[in-house]
Amino acid sequence: MDYFLTDTQAEIRNLARQIAHEKVKPVRAELDEKEEFPWEIMKVLAQADLFGLYIPEEYGGFGGGAFENCLAVEELSRVCIGVSVSFAASGLGAYPILLFGNEEQKKKYLPQIASGQRLAAFGLTEAGAGSDAGGTRTTAVLDGNEYVINGTKQWITNGGEAEIYTVIAMTNPAKGSRGASAFIVEKGTPGFSFGKKEKKMGIRSSATRELVFENCRVPRENLLSKDGMGFLVAMKTLDKSRPGIGAQAVGLAQGAIDECVEYARERRQFEQPIISFQAIQHMLADMCTQTEAARALVYAVAKFIDSDPKDVSKASAMAKLFASDVAMKVTVDAVQIMGGYGYMREYPVEKMMRDAKILQIYEGTNQIQRNVIGAALIKEAAGKKK
Amino acid sequence: MPIIVKVDICVGCEACVNECPFGAIEMKDEKAVIGDKCTLCGTCVDTCPSFAIEMTDEPKAVPAADLSAYKGVWVFAEQRNKKIVPVARELIGEGRRLADLLGEELSAVLFGNGMDAEARSLIEAGADRVYQVEDGLLNEFHEDAYADALSQLIKKYKPEIVLAGATSIGRAFVPIVATRVRTGLTADCTALDIDRENKNLLQTRPAFGGNIMATIACPNNRPQMATVRPGVMKSLLPDAARTGGIIKEAPASPLTSRTKLLETIEEAGHKINISEAEIIVSGGRGMGEKGFELLKEIADMLGGVVGATRAAVDSGWMPYPHQIGQTGRTVSPRLYIACGISGAIQHLAGIQSSDMIIAINKDPDAPIFNVADIGIVGDVFEVLPAFARKLKEMKGR
Amino acid sequence: MNIAVCVKQVPDASEVKIDKATGTMVREGVPAVLNPFDAYAVEEAVRLKEKHGGKVSAVTMGPPQAGEVLKHVVAMGADDVMLISDRAFAGADTWATSYTLGLGLKKLGPLDLVICGKQAIDGDTAQVGPGVAENLGLPFVAYVRRIVDVSGGKMRVERLIEDGYEVVEVSLPAVITVVKEINAPRMPSLKGKMKAKSLEIKPLSAQDIGAEAEKIGLAGSPTKVMKVFSPPPKGNREKIDGAPEEQAARLAEKLKALKII
Repeated sequence: MDYFLTDTQAEIRNLARQIAHEKVKPVRAELDEKEEFPWEIMKVLAQADLFGLYIPEEYGGFGGGAFENCLAVEELSRVCIGVSVSFAASGLGAYPILLFGNEEQKKKYLPQIASGQRLAAFGLTEAGAGSDAGGTRTTAVLDGNEYVINGTKQWITNGGEAEIYTVIAMTNPAKGSRGASAFIVEKGTPGFSFGKKEKKMGIRSSATRELVFENCRVPRENLLSKDGMGFLVAMKTLDKSRPGIGAQAVGLAQGAIDECVEYARERRQFEQPIISFQAIQHMLADMCTQTEAARALVYAVAKFIDSDPKDVSKASAMAKLFASDVAMKVTVDAVQIMGGYGYMREYPVEKMMRDAKILQIYEGTNQIQRNVIGAALIKEAAGKKK
Repeated sequence: MPIIVKVDICVGCEACVNECPFGAIEMKDEKAVIGDKCTLCGTCVDTCPSFAIEMTDEPKAVPAADLSAYKGVWVFAEQRNKKIVPVARELIGEGRRLADLLGEELSAVLFGNGMDAEARSLIEAGADRVYQVEDGLLNEFHEDAYADALSQLIKKYKPEIVLAGATSIGRAFVPIVATRVRTGLTADCTALDIDRENKNLLQTRPAFGGNIMATIACPNNRPQMATVRPGVMKSLLPDAARTGGIIKEAPASPLTSRTKLLETIEEAGHKINISEAEIIVSGGRGMGEKGFELLKEIADMLGGVVGATRAAVDSGWMPYPHQIGQTGRTVSPRLYIACGISGAIQHLAGIQSSDMIIAINKDPDAPIFNVADIGIVGDVFEVLPAFARKLKEMKGR
Repeated sequence: MNIAVCVKQVPDASEVKIDKATGTMVREGVPAVLNPFDAYAVEEAVRLKEKHGGKVSAVTMGPPQAGEVLKHVVAMGADDVMLISDRAFAGADTWATSYTLGLGLKKLGPLDLVICGKQAIDGDTAQVGPGVAENLGLPFVAYVRRIVDVSGGKMRVERLIEDGYEVVEVSLPAVITVVKEINAPRMPSLKGKMKAKSLEIKPLSAQDIGAEAEKIGLAGSPTKVMKVFSPPPKGNREKIDGAPEEQAARLAEKLKALKII
């Protein structure tokens, strides 16, 4: 479908598509098999200026928004979301600085992230604190002009590979979620180390590690926004980034459909290509319709976010929820259509189905997304009664 | 544009559109229109059944020097490490034929110090005369010094034809010579002949990866120069009884070079020069890394070497020196066995002067079968192991 | 460094198909692309610029639509472009092309280095690079697979030869041609693409570059194409059928009959 992209947006999509096709597709199976971080591809994306899509020009970026970023993420995801999450997670790490950083922090870090010279990552989750942010145990204590951070962050995408981390830690545990603050921590800071690389079901080329802080001292000027604003930083960051997960889901679903249609046209049973069977056509038709609906929602939400509205939580959660559920269903059906072949690692849909599952889990499980949407509904309804 | 379509005669048959090797002709209002891609090759003129296309204005001939002053066929006898490369002897074989057709002498040009024995061997290979240019700088290859030496010699002796091997040396410096002496040069020829009518040298070469062939002449300039693909021409059996003159030439002034050769490094993969191999067993994407071990085994038994397509090299299964095709080497073996190679035109470009091509591929529609002399439709992993066993068995006997 | 690259627009070889019935090439609808070897030249030039500073200019000769490859080259990081386009250039052989490109390059002012791809994939002659060097009166090194070092008005390169490579030092300015091994050409960048989009390319005519009429186009070309034809199809094609064992056995017999075994 034509979404009436501007020339610039079309260029972004085409460039990302070209990179996906020429640089990612040939190596995706190997990256998955070897669980190897796609550094070569990150370099290509950096050289192509794609890391700075959503970053303003004054900080070395391209000056686009969430929508432009979604276009690039979708195209990369069409061939491999292990690669696209490594790309997108740098944005997740950058958003706190972009949204809440002071001028000095922005000037220092954003150009490095925009050029792709350094990757970023976002450290929120802990063993005992995922969606329940109040359970955060990592602490940051002010000592002179430095904060001393202690604790462990878990399952951090780009952990170990990224060089710039935005980390949430409790500065005033007694105050609960209002006692959290956000910090910029650079790789190489004494007391900051990484746990082992996690073995995952899917997105295996992406790096997921623990961030370990042992009396890690960071300068006071690395505090983002004000003391106690940590959870607001985290929530606003996720609001901005969730459509990116939606774009991953749309790309992944489209990639599975691409593979499947090709296969169904070639695979012959009962002396005809299996695509001539209505049973197959109907499955494909549903996959295709759902994916297009997801795309329309993701694009609309991304554009909505770019209009800088006051509250985007509900829209952003809907985009992530719907698209990732579609991606899961579409990839399961893709494997089904391809039958035994679909189950084999030789064909890409096997990986796509494994990869899809994470989309329903990370950046807030889909159950949490429903909570967010539900809470917003209640708030809206309460507001109307007045 | 000296080529025109006479619109009143054009019947709109589109014969020229289909024949144009450059896709430069379009139909507009049922008439042929020649576009910007035209290279004035003249194919359409010959094709048009209605004689509606004409080269109106035969291009002005370059003010030609007295062409009759140019006599004799020359072969540049390339040496590496003071050894004459095989293509030089092949060119002497072909040059002999051309010189005899013209009723003229065949000379070889040899560069470097201390090459007397080699000079003599060129006479035995078929040359009437050898010009031996002795200068230390010519022992090794320097683009500018080689170009200076050959240009000076051409200006002094005015040969009618100059042939050189299309090797990394020949293709690097001969174009400089042709540019300097203001004459035509045809690259990488696979056939040469003499036009009976006007005694011009007809030079045939593949273009576009061997999908079209072009015959080229150099009617108004001398010498007529060509580089010739190694392995295509046939050398003569050396004849120790042959006699000829050896003329030692010193450059007008000592040669100089703006390049300096610091080091020559032979690489393991290069040890066997694939361009000169007689038997090549080659593999493509369909072979996999393990498959290449099998190819090596078979190549060893046949006394041949292993080649690879770009896809196989890009996958890291074979080093680049083994790559055959447009972005790799051009080969001309007696036997080329293509295993699991589909036959992309970039690959076919590199193998078309092979004497015999045998193709093994499971896809019966693979383009490789269009050029193969013997085609085997089958799984390489079934046919090749059986073939290897068979070879062992025959060797064992 | 002030670097120039010579580029050419060629039909995309990967899109060229062979008509099975006639054995001729189907050129219709084949997209035109940057000659793949020239992409290595552009990449190397841009890398040198990134390392040593300076600028990269790209020059092409061809019909007006050849400007498209210049846009591609700008998207890869070239700073300036020059399109030499005039009907008078039609039918140029490598002599006339080298002369014409040489004149264009001279208009760029003093250059430190000119890089060309090894050859163009449509003509496969590999003669324009050395021809340009001669026209500019510069030293030349062919088949460069690595630039080792640039310093003190000299450049050290590795030149590919049949059985290995040679390390060669050449004084600058110089002309080199590069092979595939030298690098992996980059993707265009977004900023480069946007710059290319707004690029206006004014073609230079024969007069603009001061070309002598008898040295350009068909008239200035010593070589003439007498005939273009499709290679004759190979006759006597033979198929070996049967089970793999049988195919292998018959193949071995064949090779024995041919005295290869």
